[in-house]
Amino acid sequence: MALKHIEEYKDSKIAKQLLEKIKNISKQNIRLMEVCGTHTVSICRSGIRSVLPETVSLLSGPGCPVCVTDQAEIDTFIELAKIDDVIVTTFGDLIRVPGTTSSLQKETGNGREIRVVYSTVDALEIARKNPEKKVVFLGVGFETTAPTIAASIHSAARMNVKNFSVISAHKLIPPALEALMSIENVPIDGFILPGHVSVIIGLKAYQPFFKHHQIPSVVAGFEPIDILQAISMLVEQYETGSPRLDNAYRRAVTSEGNKKAQQIIEDVFEPADTCWRGIGMIPQSGLKIRAPYVDHDAEKVFDIQVPEPQDPKGCACGEILTGLKIPPECALYKKVCTPADPVGPCMVSTEGTCAAYYQYHI
Amino acid sequence: MKTDKILLDHGSGGRISHRLISDLMLPVFDNPILSALNDGAIFEIEGMRLAFSTDSYTVDPIFFPGGNIGDLAIYGTVNDIAMCGAIPIYLSVGLIIEEGFSMSDLNKILKEMGKAARKAQVTIVTGDTKVVPNGAVDRIFINTSGIGRIPDDIDVASYNAKAKDKIILSGTIADHGVTILTQREGLSFESTVTSDTAPLSHMVQQIFATSKDIHVLRDPTRGGVGTTLNEIAEKSEVGIKIYEGTIPIKREVAGICELLGFDPLYLANEGKLLAFVSPEHSDRILSAIKANSYGKDASIIGEVVDDHQGKVLMQTQIGGTRIVGMLAGDQLPRIC
Repeated sequence: MALKHIEEYKDSKIAKQLLEKIKNISKQNIRLMEVCGTHTVSICRSGIRSVLPETVSLLSGPGCPVCVTDQAEIDTFIELAKIDDVIVTTFGDLIRVPGTTSSLQKETGNGREIRVVYSTVDALEIARKNPEKKVVFLGVGFETTAPTIAASIHSAARMNVKNFSVISAHKLIPPALEALMSIENVPIDGFILPGHVSVIIGLKAYQPFFKHHQIPSVVAGFEPIDILQAISMLVEQYETGSPRLDNAYRRAVTSEGNKKAQQIIEDVFEPADTCWRGIGMIPQSGLKIRAPYVDHDAEKVFDIQVPEPQDPKGCACGEILTGLKIPPECALYKKVCTPADPVGPCMVSTEGTCAAYYQYHI
Repeated sequence: MKTDKILLDHGSGGRISHRLISDLMLPVFDNPILSALNDGAIFEIEGMRLAFSTDSYTVDPIFFPGGNIGDLAIYGTVNDIAMCGAIPIYLSVGLIIEEGFSMSDLNKILKEMGKAARKAQVTIVTGDTKVVPNGAVDRIFINTSGIGRIPDDIDVASYNAKAKDKIILSGTIADHGVTILTQREGLSFESTVTSDTAPLSHMVQQIFATSKDIHVLRDPTRGGVGTTLNEIAEKSEVGIKIYEGTIPIKREVAGICELLGFDPLYLANEGKLLAFVSPEHSDRILSAIKANSYGKDASIIGEVVDDHQGKVLMQTQIGGTRIVGMLAGDQLPRIC
């Protein structure tokens, strides 16, 4: 039943109407950035770039959770996996990401215990079933994954599952938007704001950012028609010189967001400065586990020190994540760096900009 | 990924598997029959053309909705032989069983294999059984090999796609892949999707009874339709264009894929075939496939085009065009 719904958002007639509208109103060149890996993939998979007028360019921002995870964090994950009696549990995307000297996938080949889970509930269950082991969940993602990870920490504390901990490498989207706009010569004329993140934080979470920068900003859903709708709204705002913070994903996103999810994040986590790959330190853009949950904070449970990591030489992930370059402008793209031999994280995750370009672009 | 150890990706059927075959295996076993890299070997002995194929089955779970490791092992090899244009005749069965494995499960699997062999009209004529210590394999692994005879005037191979060929897909995609995914430990939702495990040898014979103008037959198992089409485009040195709106997929399968961030084009099928056929005969062949009980949802999904040699393109439902690339390794569930 739900899928009939989705099919409507792929309808070619509606798509044509929206495209006609965009073609008619778009006079000046406009560069729009999406800040969500699922948008990146949807745009590539549906071939939206191939049907847009030349005036409209789409850039992919720091929206892929794996891609923005700092190299030092990746190295920490790998070191954790090397500890005896530790079971690392993780979402699948992280498995192949190359650290400075290894990857989680390679460590699995070395006999280390790394399990891909679909939800933190499963990670907690693994901890309960293996009381003699220490189970660590790699908490990577944005405001979207933070609530369920917070809930698992909360449950672990309540049920006294002492051998479960989380390493929190979460990132927050609104501070990242601020950071992007502070980059010199930033090539962005409007933002396609993320759908899933906005379901949690609500439209109002972008108000301070919008007030500060007055740049066209529209929340979009993930079907091709959702994205075309958002693009048409952004182009219209740009052409008429009337930037707004708007919502093209009203069936899921409200002004206030999901209050329960916000509450559990607030209960378990507190904002902290954190490093984003390609961008660097962004103040108050991460989440660390609050003191009452210290027993479940892997950073405190284990004392992991990793040497200063080196970003791969020649890799343009940083410029790509900030819209300064597109993948074909990186010297390594397709030559040295491919999904089979990824150099940077943007080529590893299926939601990475480089992987999506490689997989789908003509 | 450069590594001194074998990783799961080496067995995924994608780029990394291909590289293992071309770098490590082809140079050692170097011969023209193997280098053709068809689903099975095609060769001639004293005037008789034969197809010979082997496959090993390690599926987890061993019993899944719509099938089990036993019938999968029979149908998998039967289908590989059928995709060479051959009529499968004899099969061998090799069992590697873990110490402590349940006798009643073994009995159940063997009975299913017998049933499957009768259904596919093949005879199991030789076999081998090994029992290994606890932990040396995961419950039971099965290898099957088989031979079949290729009738005269049939010539199908992955390198045989011709200009303007129509591409027929015999039914819905990704049913097997999604079934296995949803059965694995750690995925906490229920679904009614079942594996499409089925023998395709009868369907192939019905196709050839309709027309001999079939150039390529492939069953898009591991790696799915996307990977198989890429292999055909590369080996036949042609461009392929497919149309998103014509690819049959069950709603539930599409929904689960959306949820997990999987592209159904790369998920396994165990009872579907892709046929590249001359455009003049395509409608007739499509009707023949649809008349088979495993081909009701068959559809013409695309054609061979003049440009984009070696590549697969897709026209999307909104009218855009994009590449259907080959995956490096297994798909991984995304973070959000």
